[in-house]
Amino acid sequence: MKKMIHGKIRNRIAIFLSIVMFMVAVITVSFTSASKNTKTKPPVTKDSVASVKAFMTVYKVLTNTRCMNCHPAGDSPLQGDDSHIHKMNVKRGIDGKGLYALRCSNCHQAQNTPGLHMPPGNPHWQLPPANMKMVFQGRTPRQLALQLLDPKQNGGRTTAQLIDHMANDPLVGWAWHPGDGRTPPPISRAQMAAQVRLWIAKGAFAPDAQAK
Amino acid sequence: MTTIKVNGKDYHIDADPDMPLLWVIRDIVGLTGTKYGCGAAQCGACTVHLDGEAARSCVTKLGSVAGRPIVTIEALSANNNHPLQLAWQELNVPQCGYCQSGQLMSAAVLLRENPNPTDQDIDDAMAGNICRCGTYTRIRAAIHKAAQLQREGVKS
Repeated sequence: MKKMIHGKIRNRIAIFLSIVMFMVAVITVSFTSASKNTKTKPPVTKDSVASVKAFMTVYKVLTNTRCMNCHPAGDSPLQGDDSHIHKMNVKRGIDGKGLYALRCSNCHQAQNTPGLHMPPGNPHWQLPPANMKMVFQGRTPRQLALQLLDPKQNGGRTTAQLIDHMANDPLVGWAWHPGDGRTPPPISRAQMAAQVRLWIAKGAFAPDAQAK
Repeated sequence: MTTIKVNGKDYHIDADPDMPLLWVIRDIVGLTGTKYGCGAAQCGACTVHLDGEAARSCVTKLGSVAGRPIVTIEALSANNNHPLQLAWQELNVPQCGYCQSGQLMSAAVLLRENPNPTDQDIDDAMAGNICRCGTYTRIRAAIHKAAQLQREGVKS
C-alpha cells in the first residue's frame, strides 16, 4: 500500500516538474527572441515593386556619364558628356590609376582645374582596379543590380558599405561638382542615396531581365 | 612664401599658391628647358618629375608641391648621359625640339618602371606627349635603344 502511495506521489512530482520545466523553457525562449528583436532593426518589409522602382532611379544615375565614364567596359576611361574614349588613349593600369607616364594624378589635380576642357580633379581620381573593374557601361538594370550586390564584384562591400559608398565617398561626390562643361547626374546625391537605401530596405530586388 | 625643392635645391617662392608650377620653374627659378605647350595638360611639353611621376607642370599648382621633390630636364642626368639622352643623340630624334624635354621626362618614367618595353608599352606611356614634327617613330626607336643601353649597364 505504502509503495503504491509513494509511486503515485512520485508520478505527480514528475509530472509537476515536467510542467514547470516546460514553462521555464517557453518563457526563456520568448525572452530570448524578444531581446534579439530589440538588438536588430524592425523586420524588413520587403516590396519587390518599390525596391525595383528605387533601383531604376539609381540605375539612371550610375549609367549617367559622370558615373559611367570611370566605370567603362574597356580599359580606357571615358570623357565628356558624349562619353568618348579618353584622349591620349589613357589606360587603367593595375591599380586603376594609369600607366607609366600617364598616371591619372599627373594631370588630374586634387580639385577641378577651372575652364572648359581642363582636367577635372579629386584627390582620389582613378578607375576601379584591373582585378575588379566594376563595369557600369553596357550593363542592363538587372546585371548592374546583381553586380552591385555581389561582394566579389562590388569591391567587397556589404550592402551597408555600398550605401555608404554611394552616400559619402568623396570621389563619387565629385560627380555633383564636375567643373566647367560637364553635366551633373539627373538627381541630387541626397536623392540618389535615399533611393539606394530604399532599394536595399525593400529587399534589394533586381529588376527582371527585360527592364531597361 | 612656398618652399619647393627643384633638382635637389630649395627655392623660397613668393608667389600666388595657385600659380602653375611651370611658371615658377621657368620664370622664377629660371630653368627654361621645360616648355609651355598648351597650358591644359593636353600636350606633355611641360612634363617634369614630381615625386618621381611625370607630372604636367602647367596644371600643377605651386601650393600643392611644397617640399615635394621636383626634377626638370636639366637634372635628368648629371652629364646629359641618361641612356635616353644618349639614344636621342645617336638617333637624331628631335626636329624642332620643342616637345623633346617632355618626351624625355615621360620616357624616363617608362624605362624606370619597365626596362624592356614593347611597342605597345611605349604607346601606352607616350601617347600623351604630342610632337608636331611627327618624330614618333624615332622616339619609339630611341626608347628601344635606351632600354638596350640601360640593360647593358650605361648609367646616367
